[in-house]
Amino acid sequence: MDQFTLNLIVVGITFAIYIGIAIWARAGSTAEFYAAGQGVNPIMNGMATGADWMSAASFISMAGIIALAPVGGYTQSAFLMGWTGGYVLLAMLLAPYLRKFGKFTVPEFIGDRFYSKTARLVAVLCLIVISVTYVVGQMRGVGVTFSRFLEVSTDTGLYIGAAVVFAYAVLGGMKGITYTQVAQYIVLIIAYTIPAIFISLSLTGNFLPQLGLIGSYAPQGGEISMLAKLDQVVTELGFTAYTADTTNMFNMFLFTMALMIGTAGLPHVIIRFFTVPKVADARSSAGWALVFIALLYTVAPAVGAMARLNLTTTFWPGAKEGSALSAPALSLADIDSKPELSWINTWKATGLLEFSDKNGDGLIQYFNEPKALADANKKLADANKALADAAADADKAPLEAAVAEATAARDAALAEAKLGDKTLAELGFVGNEVTKVDNDIMVLANPEIAALPGWVVALVAAGGLAAALSTAAGLLLAISSAVSHDLMKGALTPNISEKGELLAARISMAFAIALATWLGLNPPGFAAQVVALAFGLAAATIFPALMMGIFSKRINTAGAVLGMLAGLVFTSVYIFLYLGWFFIPGTNVYPNTPDQHFFGISPLSIGTIGAVVNFVVAYVVSMATKAPPQHVVDLVESIRVPKGAGKAVAH
Amino acid sequence: MADKSSANAYWAANVRIILISLAVWFVCSFGLGILLRPALKGIMVGGADLGFWMAQNGSIYVFIALIFIYAKMMNKVDREHGVEE
Repeated sequence: MDQFTLNLIVVGITFAIYIGIAIWARAGSTAEFYAAGQGVNPIMNGMATGADWMSAASFISMAGIIALAPVGGYTQSAFLMGWTGGYVLLAMLLAPYLRKFGKFTVPEFIGDRFYSKTARLVAVLCLIVISVTYVVGQMRGVGVTFSRFLEVSTDTGLYIGAAVVFAYAVLGGMKGITYTQVAQYIVLIIAYTIPAIFISLSLTGNFLPQLGLIGSYAPQGGEISMLAKLDQVVTELGFTAYTADTTNMFNMFLFTMALMIGTAGLPHVIIRFFTVPKVADARSSAGWALVFIALLYTVAPAVGAMARLNLTTTFWPGAKEGSALSAPALSLADIDSKPELSWINTWKATGLLEFSDKNGDGLIQYFNEPKALADANKKLADANKALADAAADADKAPLEAAVAEATAARDAALAEAKLGDKTLAELGFVGNEVTKVDNDIMVLANPEIAALPGWVVALVAAGGLAAALSTAAGLLLAISSAVSHDLMKGALTPNISEKGELLAARISMAFAIALATWLGLNPPGFAAQVVALAFGLAAATIFPALMMGIFSKRINTAGAVLGMLAGLVFTSVYIFLYLGWFFIPGTNVYPNTPDQHFFGISPLSIGTIGAVVNFVVAYVVSMATKAPPQHVVDLVESIRVPKGAGKAVAH
Repeated sequence: MADKSSANAYWAANVRIILISLAVWFVCSFGLGILLRPALKGIMVGGADLGFWMAQNGSIYVFIALIFIYAKMMNKVDREHGVEE
């Protein structure tokens, strides 16, 4: 059976399971639609939260983001700590009290606690910006995964994905989504860990990838640790050491914090804790969620480090047991003839891996060009292009002179730059010949690099789709409940019947899917930046508002609204300064480079400062204005104690 | 809720446990994983230095333990103050 048929069968089976579950768990009431009737066991809820939280980015990209970062793998630990540490904040600062509050949505709590429709609408605005931003990336992930494994176009993949999400999210609501996510979690975690276990076994002899990360390097008889081997190999090739210290500790600190409080402030994560039966379950459910998330997040750094080592020793066979430059680089002849290297051409065809034999020696040299050489090579390429593009009758003499000059400059750079104790000129290298290694390849190509059977490859495809679909469904639910419950029932049409509201929720979800699909088909070319905005806004608006609403009886309407708006404006303006106003290219005030950032704070990390701004503004304004009325003080006192939680109030 | 002072005592107990937990949370992730890493290079966890390991694996285990310990302690505090469900 060929790989394509196998992929189709495995993905088809998983989809049939998801839709089957959705039909079995149809939602009949708004309580079931928004919060699964508050009847979900905390372990199941934890598993569903894990699938909800782990997106296509976690599954496909994160290991590569860590493994291939030019600053080294250690600095990228911010993602690992940031995307897990937020659950501690959720479990202690938000989840139990919001469950006790006992209603369905985040804006609803903000509206009641700050006794203001304005506060509720500001929260709806923040929620919709955050969730729509996020869901576009997921729909894109679905499209890309489909196109890669099922040989359809990205657009067709998107339509299929949208149809599947529509079927189970619109039908089942939170109840259908929750049980589908449990199945999706199982698929994605198996798909992630199987290749990781095999790679860990072959490189370190450890069955558990978590132990492999700190284990010794087996091909050299265990005399050197895996990480030391990785550091040795990459530094020999001119890259930054994998375990190198961060060059900007302050920014790493702020970035980690922004991801943590951003995680705790993401509405689609928070609403998961409305679905459990009791307040005590909300606490333990956060713990279970983190257990299931950790199964992937503790494996990811091992996958990253080992895949990077595998990739490097593949291109430099001498590195397997000695120094990288002790043997010639991988030859094109080997790539074309050896079956165990066939994955290189497979992934070259997808464009995720690119290489070219620049010096024509039949070998592919993979190394990090020093900046001077990289600049000289770029100038030479530009000069060559100008010459090639020149009109036939143009005067080519000055262009040819420019090429000759650029070539001389490049040769001078080659004579200067060293790898080990030899200059590149002596080695005969002209530049790095592996021109692209996409982050995603670290996970997607893993089964083939480890020579695992075809069904494992198919499982990785199903896992990537499960990760993207489950996150998309959770986000769509958060959006539809904000529209139907907070906007329509809460503000526009308060007399709507339960049946009407349920219909409105389904229609708004269908509309949200259509919008997300459209945005996925016409992606604003800045997916990575908008995700920064989503986390920054969640950190700077929703998290502080919720926390102050629970831990302070003194914060009032004016404080909360102005605090949220201050956090919103401060954070988005700082991001826009570097990434362009509303992300329109070319409208940025400063270039987005580390030396231009205020105090070295990157736009990704600014949410932490935005949260501080929110807290300070809310406190100062509240102190200067009237204390909240008695019924609000009573509300705060009641959510602080678990007793009397009961079922959700539909009001 | 029996009376106001008992509610206040319950809340104070909760806040105290949260503060201790968050101190551990901070020291393990931001402290050992980021700020103190250069100073603790000599301490190894297998093939990784302590700071690297805490940042990539260790702090996640601590987070899990913290949440379950918090949940357990709060269940006890809930019962002591008679506010359990």
